[in-house]
Amino acid sequence: MDYHEFEELSAKLKTQESMNSHKICVCCGAGCLSSGSEKILTDLQSRVKEQGLEDKIKVSASGCMGPCNQGPLVKIKPDETIYETVSSENLDTILDQHVKQQKPVPELMLFHEFRDTPYTNALEDPFFKEQHKIVLHNCGNIDPESIDEYIAVGGYRALARAINLLSPEEVIAEIKHSRLRGRGGAGFPTGLKFETVYKYVADQKYVVCNGDEGDPGAFMDRSVLEGDPHRVIEGMVIAAYAVGASQGFAYIRGEYPTAISRFETAIKQARKLGLLGKSVMNSSFAFDIEIRIGAGAFVCGEETALCASIEGKRGTPRPRPPYPAESGLWGKPTLINNVETLANIAPIIEHGGEWYTQLGTTKSAGTKVFALAGKVQYSGLIEVPMGTSLRKIIFDIGGGIQDGKKFKAAQTGGPSGGCIPEQHLDTPVDYESLAELGSIMGSGGLIVMDETSNMIDVAKYFMEFCMDESCGKCVPCRVGTKQLYDMLDRIVTGKAVQRDLDLLKQLAVMVKECSLCGLGMSAPNPLLSTLRYFHEEYDEQIRKNEILLQANG
Amino acid sequence: MTGSTKTEEPKILNADDSRTKLLNAAIKKSKGRPDALIQVLHTAQGMFGYLPLEVIRHIAHALHLPASRVYGVVTFYHFFSLKQKGEHTCLVCTGTACYVKGAQEILDQIEDHYHLKPGQVTEDNKLGIQVARCLGACGLAPAVVIDDEVIPKLNPEDTQSVIDSKTGAA
Repeated sequence: MDYHEFEELSAKLKTQESMNSHKICVCCGAGCLSSGSEKILTDLQSRVKEQGLEDKIKVSASGCMGPCNQGPLVKIKPDETIYETVSSENLDTILDQHVKQQKPVPELMLFHEFRDTPYTNALEDPFFKEQHKIVLHNCGNIDPESIDEYIAVGGYRALARAINLLSPEEVIAEIKHSRLRGRGGAGFPTGLKFETVYKYVADQKYVVCNGDEGDPGAFMDRSVLEGDPHRVIEGMVIAAYAVGASQGFAYIRGEYPTAISRFETAIKQARKLGLLGKSVMNSSFAFDIEIRIGAGAFVCGEETALCASIEGKRGTPRPRPPYPAESGLWGKPTLINNVETLANIAPIIEHGGEWYTQLGTTKSAGTKVFALAGKVQYSGLIEVPMGTSLRKIIFDIGGGIQDGKKFKAAQTGGPSGGCIPEQHLDTPVDYESLAELGSIMGSGGLIVMDETSNMIDVAKYFMEFCMDESCGKCVPCRVGTKQLYDMLDRIVTGKAVQRDLDLLKQLAVMVKECSLCGLGMSAPNPLLSTLRYFHEEYDEQIRKNEILLQANG
Repeated sequence: MTGSTKTEEPKILNADDSRTKLLNAAIKKSKGRPDALIQVLHTAQGMFGYLPLEVIRHIAHALHLPASRVYGVVTFYHFFSLKQKGEHTCLVCTGTACYVKGAQEILDQIEDHYHLKPGQVTEDNKLGIQVARCLGACGLAPAVVIDDEVIPKLNPEDTQSVIDSKTGAA
């Protein structure tokens, strides 16, 4: 398929889509699937068929819509009405009243228990109103297993444009101009990474999609891979064209079987249309993607460990430099980007780098996807412009704390991040401001804790995680995390005194400064941030311990 | 993993067995490339439920790798298991969202009722307990998975009754 044939196909699919009077999307994201949305989908399909409505109404599965704890969710388009906790019983009401008689049903709508009048157009609800969706634009609106639906909403147009109208240098310039930064956590400028790989001369280069989302409490990459896999593939192909790679690997966690199967389907569909393969869009550019299934090791999110794992080895990191951009997979220049970063590539090429910089802050452009969970009223998947405050995210979008409890801390960055207390809730969220607060942006997990959470216990929870996940290669991390965990355990179980607390602080700094890779370097972050903001909890516990220990002689 | 297991272990691989055939097909598809190791191990564990030493040796031979290297990879990754799993598996998510919402209480309940810690299997091999780092279903916290079925928002007090009803135990 060449450029013109693609344009024709794109226009044809778009017209086809507009023929339906309604499109009903049934959320088949991880959360809704677990609440039984698959049955809702088949029930709905058979009812539409029974009533002879197939020509007018299209029913399809979709990716994650966002408010995961209200599932199963069903969205009626073009009205954008979302119905929550849909059961086979109330499907008829929705079909009869909303679709046939054009009378939406408020008592079944999203958040009807929380809003005086629920919003018929869900996009006007505060949960969605404050969001800005670029990465998640198609998520929840198209069938992830249909390349036709993706193309109908403008998919693969950016790829067609890049290959036919832009040189690799121009693609890189556009990405650099957008100021997009790595969404995996560290925030390295993506354009610069592209350029570095591009400049190395080699007979073989690789593009790797890092979908080893290991942070507990994070499900952004999973939702993107499950909800809009073609967007990630398109990003990978454009990236490969820009840096001159011919082989790609998508490394996806073994814990995400749905993501793996949908991504596999998407690869097959793209190959069939000639968007992957020996001659991408009838050009001289060749690129194909292979899936590598992860086997459960947090450290594999680190790029050198990821390379080792793709090569079929134990996923242990190695010192950098050389960076994978110079010497990655099998010693060849390798571009490694996170799922969310790659999902941003196509829109940037389509709308231009300048467009992307209009959102976000000066240093961090664009948007960020967060997985909002914990003791927040509405858990789910959200996307906000960089620079949005935590208060807005947790209270305006997330609806505040559950059960009328008081907010205590927001944990970002998972086991590599930190806990942010109430007094810093108005900080605009970007890479620099979170680092200043002793946390990190991380991949986007955002866990809300209320007054019932014990912060020493939280620190211990994350330290246990890092201790278990330490690959064992370097001593500061292997031994340090174990010692830190034991010390925290001694504090919690009443055996530690003031001297232990001082030692704890010293050792935490040592592990941070001496470890080989990001895992060890950031493992003390949750501990250090709780020491910084919740020191009184440690002091109180130590005081209690000392009194008890003295009393017991 | 010494000679004694070799003799006691019943032979698992059998050229006529469909599982062995599927494993060999996966090996063949990998064209004996060592980098396919993890993918082949995934297939093997999918077939047999765990990775017995006999299978490890077979894969090592087929991919031209030392058995020690294969063993090293198997023990490095959480996903792979050298031990047989129980007839039913209860997987408790211990991700941050589940932790904040009571995953530890669920594990405590399991330990109280079944005397099982994560990674252990009951003596009659009926029920095994595993923990997951994060299922990525944080909106449904705390979540457990019983034999591939996700049980969302589990109240820790109901742990035993839910497990019993799903696994058919009395």
